[in-house]
Amino acid sequence: MAVDTIEEKLATRHAQSQLEAKLAFYKRIGLIGLIIFAVALPFLVSDFRTFQFTRVLYISIAVLGLNILSGYNGQFSLGHGAFIALGAYVAAIMMDRWGVPYYLTIIPAGLIGFIFGFLIGLPARRLEGLYLALATFGLALATPQILKKFEIITMGVQGIVVDKPEVPFGLPISQDQWLYFFTLMILLVLFWAARNLLRARTGRAFVAIRDHHMAAESMGVNAGFYKPLAFAIGGAYAGVAGALATITIQFVAPDSFGVFLSITLLVGSVIGGIASIGGAIFGGIAIVFIPNVAEEISKAAPWAIYGVILILFMYAMPSGIMGFINMLWRGYVKRLLTRT
Amino acid sequence: MVAMLELKNVEAFYGPIRALHGISLSVEQGGIVTVLGANGAGKTTTLRAICGMIKTTGSIKFEGREIFGKLTESVARLGIAHVPEGRGTFEKLTTEENLRLGAFTRRDRNAVAEDMDRVYGYFPVLAERREQQAGTLSGGEQQMLAIGRALMLRPRLMLLDEPSFGLAPMIVQEIFRIMRSINENDGVSMLLVEQNAALAMDLADQAFLLETGEVVMSGDTKTMKEDESIRTSYLGY
Ligand SMILES: Nc1ncnc2c1ncn2[C@@H]1O[C@H](COP(=O)(O)OP(=O)(O)OP(=O)(O)O)[C@@H](O)[C@H]1O
Ligand SMILES: [Mg+2]
Repeated sequence: MAVDTIEEKLATRHAQSQLEAKLAFYKRIGLIGLIIFAVALPFLVSDFRTFQFTRVLYISIAVLGLNILSGYNGQFSLGHGAFIALGAYVAAIMMDRWGVPYYLTIIPAGLIGFIFGFLIGLPARRLEGLYLALATFGLALATPQILKKFEIITMGVQGIVVDKPEVPFGLPISQDQWLYFFTLMILLVLFWAARNLLRARTGRAFVAIRDHHMAAESMGVNAGFYKPLAFAIGGAYAGVAGALATITIQFVAPDSFGVFLSITLLVGSVIGGIASIGGAIFGGIAIVFIPNVAEEISKAAPWAIYGVILILFMYAMPSGIMGFINMLWRGYVKRLLTRT
Repeated sequence: MVAMLELKNVEAFYGPIRALHGISLSVEQGGIVTVLGANGAGKTTTLRAICGMIKTTGSIKFEGREIFGKLTESVARLGIAHVPEGRGTFEKLTTEENLRLGAFTRRDRNAVAEDMDRVYGYFPVLAERREQQAGTLSGGEQQMLAIGRALMLRPRLMLLDEPSFGLAPMIVQEIFRIMRSINENDGVSMLLVEQNAALAMDLADQAFLLETGEVVMSGDTKTMKEDESIRTSYLGY
């Protein structure tokens, strides 16, 4: 065995910390570049496209919630759309019935999503893998009919129409651009919060439970609390996304919250990279734009094209877009390492 | 003196199947006790029973207090660290994050940082692999990580399930040497389940021999080593 001298060890450690600093710098530059691009985007495209990108943003928030639940904590949900429905109706009812301004509906929608998520998460503790997926699928199945049933509150099939938010402070932008920026601000806050949460104690507990349930508990991790907590956080993110959907589309109706929505969210989550934060954005892009692309390619059989695109994606990037990017990044780091 | 851990007449069940038929054993303060036995004798089940992972009857006392029927996480909070069969690595987390999870129940940040250094002192190879994904560590490194992670709990009792499993003799020697110093320096009592009877009897003061869910022999290791039947069936000389 070769024994390094202390000087050699210190030298390599110094080189390593220099490299780490450099990589961290690149990452930060990349992130700032992305945010600048996101801010510039609505000035480069039409109002309709801006509206579509707003959808990408709030759907990304919902996908991030699902990633926290399924990717980080390992609880697979096929019913995440139910939480979006909840948030969407909370916002619609607050705005329509009580005349609450749109921006004050976000936090209540998130809170109710949180509470509802926690309550769903309690019985879910007893279910593993496929059984949990099926149970949550039941939730997705039931949602539209429950919404129709409580007609007095939800207005049934006819749905609820709300006003389009005005641009505040006399800003020289369109209403669609304002909605985009409003949603972007909330997205940034929620992504930042998720990053901090997942890097800390709570995130480690989530992943430990996913990776090795028993070992986690014998480290004193209270799985009976953290599993419903993951549901609650996922529910809160979806609730906020739902409120933003109401505000962006200015209309809610039961049939937009069926099984298809929940499955689409899972598709987006997997395509983006299920155990990642940044992947949620790619998930949002995929959910909004893959159907468009499919339609462009074939007006006659867009769903066949959609299916083919999904299959190709899974072959090319089995760990999602974020997994693919991470692989490229690691390759780059390795090349840097061998050079020094 | 009250024993650190005392099991009396413990039975354990997997569904309707009874895997332990009323076993009694005890670990003294600061002692090392080994549980030996063939495959399927119920060694792992004994540790699971202590940690509240399966249905049990009987009495399990830790430092004089009944812990029977407690949740697994509550048992951990009392200061009992379990190094499980198969190591229980959190594969997608880094070495350091695994160690941090060992200290999950603790709020004393500074002491946790000190203990982290102490673990790296015992296992320098883990320090080199700090940022590596734990699932990509070698088997020996993962075993060291499992012990280090248990140490981060600042346990008073460590339950170890076949730490020698699948490791090269040199690494096993090394790990057992470190276990001894953890016992001596940090005053951690140990309940050690092993297949490697010779090594386990060298380390432990007391041994219990399990056969199909029952204790068939026990005593201090010096006398047990002399026993004819033990020598032929477990020590192989
Ligand atoms: N999850 C389980 N479900 C049903 N039976 C089990 C389960 N785990 C263990 N058993 C049974 O309980 C008995 C004791 O098993 P245990 O794992 O405690 O043995 P062991 O002494 O640790 O063996 P080894 O040295 O092979 O690890 C065996 O007969 C085994 O088949
Ligand atoms: Mg075993």
